[in-house]
Amino acid sequence: MNLNEIIKQLPYSKPFLFVDELLHADENGITGTYTFSEDLDFYKGHFKDNPVTPGVILTETMAQIGMVCLGIYLLGNDLKKDTVVAFTSADMQFLKPVYPNEKVTVTSQKTFFRFGKLKCEVVMKNEAGIEVCKGIVAGMITTKL
Amino acid sequence: MNKEELTAQLKVIIKPYTTNTDAYENFTEDTDFIKDLNINSANLVDIILDIEETFDIVIENTDMERMLDVKTSVVIIETKLAAK
Repeated sequence: MNLNEIIKQLPYSKPFLFVDELLHADENGITGTYTFSEDLDFYKGHFKDNPVTPGVILTETMAQIGMVCLGIYLLGNDLKKDTVVAFTSADMQFLKPVYPNEKVTVTSQKTFFRFGKLKCEVVMKNEAGIEVCKGIVAGMITTKL
Repeated sequence: MNKEELTAQLKVIIKPYTTNTDAYENFTEDTDFIKDLNINSANLVDIILDIEETFDIVIENTDMERMLDVKTSVVIIETKLAAK
């Protein structure tokens, strides 16, 4: 499956799609980018007069690129209409703040993909190449839960 | 390893994944992982992987789909150990 095709298969849309571009995917991992537009609604409230990207949104971005996109790639032709995605766990460290209009790159390394569960180590870097967030995400990508 | 030892080892593996302590304390061979121990499908996968590591066996998809209670899991582990 090519990289644009993976993004088309994602079950998300605006305002909850946090994948702009995928740069590379193989059996062991994936890399992709997202730019946090200053127009995103949550900046109005997080925080009052001091917009910073919420940790939950960074976590979601890591999961969408690092786990869901990789899962779609790994499923390949086994991806069915009734395939469902369930985010099941995250263990994250937030190392640096991410401000509006920052572009981040997420790199994910597969730990395992067995019995429908995909577990990955993910790292997010900013445009300066500095780690802003890292951790472990896991989810079920399967036709049954 | 006999059935009792195997069941006891399985109980140790399952402990970190259950939130229902009452059902866990009353662990029997009829205990159902999902209904009794409130284990979700993601944690069930972790349990299966821990079983593989502990007993040095490989569980297939078709085995995994049946490993939903203690009794069936013990039978499958016994069969795999016997085939080694």
